[in-house]
Amino acid sequence: MAAKPKLCYFRGRGRMESIRWLLAAAGVEFEEEFIETREQYEKLQKDGRLLFGQVPLVEMDGMVLTQTKAILSYLAAKYDLYGKDLKERVRVDMYADGTLDLMMMIALAAFKTPGEKEENLALVVKKAKTCYFPAFEKILKDHGEDFLVGNKFSWADVQLLEAILMVEELDASVLSDFPLLKVVCEQPHKAQEAMNRDKDFSKICLQAFKTRISSIPTIKKFLQPGSQRKLPPDSHYVKTVRKVLQL
Amino acid sequence: MAAKPKLHYFNGRGRMEPIRWLLAAAGVEFEEEFLETSKDLEKLRNDGSLMFQQVPMVEIDGMKLVQCRAILNYIAAKYNLYGKDTKERALIDMYIEGVADLNEVYIHLILTPPSEKAAKITEIKDKTTNRYLPAFEKVLKSHGQDYLVGNRLSRADIHLVELLYTVEELDPSLLANFPLLKALKARISNLPTVKKFLQPGSPRKPPMDEKNLAKAKEIFHLK
Repeated sequence: MAAKPKLCYFRGRGRMESIRWLLAAAGVEFEEEFIETREQYEKLQKDGRLLFGQVPLVEMDGMVLTQTKAILSYLAAKYDLYGKDLKERVRVDMYADGTLDLMMMIALAAFKTPGEKEENLALVVKKAKTCYFPAFEKILKDHGEDFLVGNKFSWADVQLLEAILMVEELDASVLSDFPLLKVVCEQPHKAQEAMNRDKDFSKICLQAFKTRISSIPTIKKFLQPGSQRKLPPDSHYVKTVRKVLQL
Repeated sequence: MAAKPKLHYFNGRGRMEPIRWLLAAAGVEFEEEFLETSKDLEKLRNDGSLMFQQVPMVEIDGMKLVQCRAILNYIAAKYNLYGKDTKERALIDMYIEGVADLNEVYIHLILTPPSEKAAKITEIKDKTTNRYLPAFEKVLKSHGQDYLVGNRLSRADIHLVELLYTVEELDPSLLANFPLLKALKARISNLPTVKKFLQPGSPRKPPMDEKNLAKAKEIFHLK
């Protein structure tokens, strides 16, 4: 029986969280080695396990992989979450990269000074509301399907859910700003009317997407307390990372 | 006959240059529409052509693609420059993400204020010779083959050689201690499609100068 993938990173989200999400969504159990000291990190480098001297590191299928996007692409392909052909794959890549950009802004904000951090996080919420989420809402609206690409669950759906939840942690109202969503969330009696008029209405907004993807059994399990999902960065996490990477 | 891919960006390297290199290496002719002012960017946004309101954007095979990595992945797969299976692909991806990370630092150098430039250059040179180039030299040494992955030309070789040219432009001595990388650079440069791209008059863009920098800043509203 194949060994479980082994993840090596800090005990926090950072650049590893999307990898945890994808493995969890694919129903793949994995082990984690948490970096807590500078010595551990230097040992990893000296052992030659870090191609460019950096984590995340994932060891699986006889490979020693670094670089977040390389790892994510490999997992998506392996677990059939990458679309059915090249044209679907490029859409998955486009959507995944867009959400990764947004989430990386949040991850990096944790390391700024308090004033800068607040400013950056406000910018993230603004970008989510004005640029990213409208783009995804339009995609869902245009095809009216349950998933972003090819009417089938893919890496893109996992990333989008992860991004929605992360932005909601910064601003709980972020989805309710969408005109379509306003009806569904604030005036449920009118939503029922709209839904009765067009039974596909409930499928075409991000709030419905979020509910739907969150109910997928593997995702539901990952969202429970006690899973390997990590918490938002706190001061202890930032301190550990700074110490280990000598930032 | 299929339309040529059409690239939308400003008339400079930036984040579009790796796409130009890859298309050229694959022997694919392409057209370019250059953004000259911020109004041009506004127009593309208002047309709904830019999914996340950003360039690069490439029109290809009936699609309007954004996000560099997505675009490059598509081109590499389409023109068979992405390895023979998922494991080779994973290696290629790991290498090219490293190339992209270092290239990012070089791209930003032009935006560094003069007072900080010297320190930034020292940092770039350090990363280049202590972190990235040794990693790639080691890969080539480990298998002794002519190409980075699978004993066959792939996008990894193209992207790395493009980076080596960029490194050389900053300081040719940075390549001094990397004989295998120098050999790879010479070998890839001799491939007919790449050789053609390296000639004057090709779509290859020159390094950013002050005039183009001012233009880019205006288009993208940068300070």
